Amino acid sequence: MNLLFEGFAWIFDPAHHGGDEGIGTRILQHLGITLVVMVIASLIAIPLGYLIGHTGRGRSVVVALSGGVRALPTLGVISLIALSVGIGFTAPVIALVILAIPSILAGAYSGFEAVDRRTIDAARAVGMTEGQIVTRVEVPLGLPLLIGGLRSATLQVIATATLADYVGAGGLGRYIFSGQATNDYPQMLAGSILVIMLALVSEALFSLLQRSLVPAGVVAAEQRQPDGETSGGPTRKSGPRRSLIAGARR
Amino acid sequence: MIEFRAVNKTFPDGTRAVENFSAVIPSRTTTVLVGSSGCGKTTLLRMINRMVDPTDGAIEIDGENIADVAAVKLRRSIGYVMQNSGLLPHRKVIDNIATVPLLKGVPKADAHRHALELMETVGLDLSLAQRYPAQLSGGQQQRVGVARGLAVNPNILLMDEPFGAVDPIVRADLQKETLRLQRELDKTVVFVTHDIDEAFLLGDQVIILEKGARIAQQGTPEEILANPASEFVADFIGADRGKRRLTVSSTAQPQGDDVVLIDAGGYAAGVISAPDGKLATGHSSPKSRSISNKTDQAGDA
Repeated sequence: MNLLFEGFAWIFDPAHHGGDEGIGTRILQHLGITLVVMVIASLIAIPLGYLIGHTGRGRSVVVALSGGVRALPTLGVISLIALSVGIGFTAPVIALVILAIPSILAGAYSGFEAVDRRTIDAARAVGMTEGQIVTRVEVPLGLPLLIGGLRSATLQVIATATLADYVGAGGLGRYIFSGQATNDYPQMLAGSILVIMLALVSEALFSLLQRSLVPAGVVAAEQRQPDGETSGGPTRKSGPRRSLIAGARR
Repeated sequence: MIEFRAVNKTFPDGTRAVENFSAVIPSRTTTVLVGSSGCGKTTLLRMINRMVDPTDGAIEIDGENIADVAAVKLRRSIGYVMQNSGLLPHRKVIDNIATVPLLKGVPKADAHRHALELMETVGLDLSLAQRYPAQLSGGQQQRVGVARGLAVNPNILLMDEPFGAVDPIVRADLQKETLRLQRELDKTVVFVTHDIDEAFLLGDQVIILEKGARIAQQGTPEEILANPASEFVADFIGADRGKRRLTVSSTAQPQGDDVVLIDAGGYAAGVISAPDGKLATGHSSPKSRSISNKTDQAGDA
């Protein structure tokens, strides 16, 4: 408990705030790495995932591959890549992109696969082109699951980006590595706490985003009370009002 | 006019869904393809808008081979209504109805105005326009599906078991509406169902199909009822179960001018008016077919 307190004390110590070595700079570096990684990984994984989801082809190959990739130890991958590209920003970015791709890919194709086949069949039957089916049906309806994939990928990348400083790329990992080197446990703990806080903030933002991007009609479907209503008269009153009336009667 | 010429369809898995099917579907009438599950009736329907392409043979619409028409263009000229409505869940009712006109580049205001007119045509309350499909009942969703099918003002309307997933009372209601729409709009309707009562109710021409889309019998409901072509047809239309053969009840007291009719099982099947003890004779014109008696039977489906 005392150690945890020292960790927070380290964070709130004004001596650790400003400048090139300050917490602000480290957080920005950390977020910078995360952002670059997520953009690159999305550019690769989303189109590929959409292609798999739309055509239904190559799914098993990709599932097997991304399962294998998930098992790679990121620290080892960073070291390995750093051996060829050198110390700095590039190696951790590549390694983290590899880490992020499987989750985004899964979100993208499972979002497409979750769309009711009959909806897609109907869209095609009324005369949508394949491109229109993708952009007007599959993308909007698959968005919640894609955001879910981005959300878990971002969480993984924020947590794992601490390793970036292993090859001198900075970020919040710096506190952990240099704290370890000097047996400065409060500093190590401060680094961990900051990473956890970033992760929590990212989770909160993504959960808001996820909620706001679910298509309104899909929300309506989830909120609809199973009332067994089937009559199709043209003069039916609105659903909510009806259930209010029903509730009052009870 | 839609003409099937020696059409075959074998699916990649080897299933022969359609074997040498030839038939003419006259313009401005309703043709019902009826048969059991897996008889190929839906495949036949989906060939008309090229959702399925025949393995060989040709389909012509007004003399033009549809294989020569781009699939997307063809589909946009044909109304399609499917079971479970197939509406886009993330779009409001009005946008669902206007889907194809909007794709074709009709200005949004015009497309929406037309969509509202169509809602009236199919008997939907205009207050539902801003709702999402999930907020409607099954029957209302089917009406939206029909309105969407009519939005491109097609000559041909394909209906694939559109009332299969709604309860019997709503189904009877929708069938009645379909008859009314057909009288008002005068489209070439191709309707697929497994329900022979529905087929006889809606069809000017009924084509009863066996497995592989082989025609068991083709004709007006009256022709088929009067003279089933085979054991299969007789069985399918329920003639040999006695359901169709009605007799005057000897026990039930006539109610005014009405006499109760019973089927072979002894169950009351309907009434017939008999002024002065003489049975009334009906007109055989399809358009004058009584609906009320049919709706009573909808529950048998």
